[in-house]
Amino acid sequence: MSILVIAEHHNGQLAESTAHVVAAAQAIGGDIEILVAGESVAGVAESAAKLTGVSKVRVADDGVYAHQLAEPTAELIAGLADDYSHVLAAASTQGKNVMPRVAALKDVAALSEVIGVESPDTFLRPIYAGNAIATVQSSDALKVITVRTTAFDAVDATGSAEVESVNATVENTLSQFVSEELASSDRPELGSARVVVSGGRGMGNGENFKLLDGIADKLGAAIGASRAAVDAGFVPNDMQVGQTGKIVAPELYIAVGISGAIQHLAGMKDAKVIVAINKDEEAPIFQVADYGLVGDLFEVLPELESKL
Amino acid sequence: MKVLVAVKRVIDYNVKIRVKADHSDVDLTNVKMAMNPFCEIAVEEAVRLKEKGIASEIVAVTVGPKAAQEQLRTALALGADRAIHVATDERVESLAVAKLLKRVADEEQPQLVILGKQAIDTDNNQTGQMLAALTGWGQGTFASKVDVKDGTVDVTREIDGGLQTVALKLPAVVTTDLRLNEPRYAKLPDIMKAKKKPLDTKTPEELGVDIASKVTQLQVETPAERKGGIKVGSVDELVDKLKNEAKVIS
Repeated sequence: MSILVIAEHHNGQLAESTAHVVAAAQAIGGDIEILVAGESVAGVAESAAKLTGVSKVRVADDGVYAHQLAEPTAELIAGLADDYSHVLAAASTQGKNVMPRVAALKDVAALSEVIGVESPDTFLRPIYAGNAIATVQSSDALKVITVRTTAFDAVDATGSAEVESVNATVENTLSQFVSEELASSDRPELGSARVVVSGGRGMGNGENFKLLDGIADKLGAAIGASRAAVDAGFVPNDMQVGQTGKIVAPELYIAVGISGAIQHLAGMKDAKVIVAINKDEEAPIFQVADYGLVGDLFEVLPELESKL
Repeated sequence: MKVLVAVKRVIDYNVKIRVKADHSDVDLTNVKMAMNPFCEIAVEEAVRLKEKGIASEIVAVTVGPKAAQEQLRTALALGADRAIHVATDERVESLAVAKLLKRVADEEQPQLVILGKQAIDTDNNQTGQMLAALTGWGQGTFASKVDVKDGTVDVTREIDGGLQTVALKLPAVVTTDLRLNEPRYAKLPDIMKAKKKPLDTKTPEELGVDIASKVTQLQVETPAERKGGIKVGSVDELVDKLKNEAKVIS
């Protein structure tokens, strides 16, 4: 049994998520190889080769894979897939974009957001916004899977896999990259941060999100937001935590001015410790919070910052 | 141009779901059902394209039981011109839905197919991408802006670090993200008019698609409950608990 892990990378850097996907591959068991597809990705391949448990890194370095558009990337992966029993990628926007396309090209089902491995053909995945966990078994010869990275601990970087290039030519006449607009941030990445501080509609406006900065700095935290805060235009949408945003499972999640709607809880209820700060003591967030503080966030936040 | 919009009947997003006692599935008896929220956004986008004079006809399609015709009538009330119901009482997985939609697309020859990015029941986020693969068309997933040009469509996509814009050759498949638009409500006269709009019914057999899935749902469980927490009285107490009891800060 051989498993192909699709590396995620941005700006020539291997994404942290890949080490989590390799851990999921180890839970399935078998020979693990990584595919790095992109343009000028030698450095990414080098980092991928160090991940523990990986036997080989295959590199498809070509302009057609720049920005990893779904059409050429899926065609490349589908072309290589016959050598493997499983193809895995992170359940990031990149993985979710490409992997179902791969599955359909191979005429097999795709399994999304896998959070547990029972056996090489049986997996756990959340449904209904995480309010139920389904155990699903696939009898397809090829399993195409996206992995919820927060459900698997990252592997270390103690390996030294061989790196070889893939000689496959793919053409793309369907899509073209036009532009990209990335939010700049010096803070840890939301998906992998150890601590997340999130604000909701209760923050009142975008300016008030600055109240979270000092606390985030002291705790080395990423800053998130509820959908209400995003929809109100307080912060950009890539900060959204929830069913339709990012799924996080940090050690500490601090929810400030967030009521705790089902769709928000779906994104953070697997945090180890949840703290809720809200002036409404009936807010549903208190039902999942380990520590709740009923109070006005405009008084509580400065005090909290000074006492950390 | 013709636009095809796929909609799904799902449990209403406000309903707190229950797992069946035998753990075979989620209990859907006597719960409120509705159009999947992302599908509402898809319908709205199609209607806006028609209002701008870009779309000439909107065809709404669904796969599901007879009751799913309610959601097609909703789409018609919102502005779709006609509807196609692919009728089945079976559980249909994403790949089979994509195959059925491919057959409908073969017959209808739309220039654009719009779907929601995911259904809030299975949370799969697969059907649009699979349809694009089967038709051999480009895909613009998680769209927050759709700009139809001559022979191409620019789609701005919500990606993890921000936004990305791609240009796709038409015909193409687009899946909607939340910020694409704010869906309108159906007005009473439009709901009445929608009852007279054409609604065709087909079966998977007529479309020549085998909907049997190779994925079996063995069991459905309620996730582990979080243990009841405590309320603290002050910031000092909170910091003390986090340091000494939870030990998550130092």
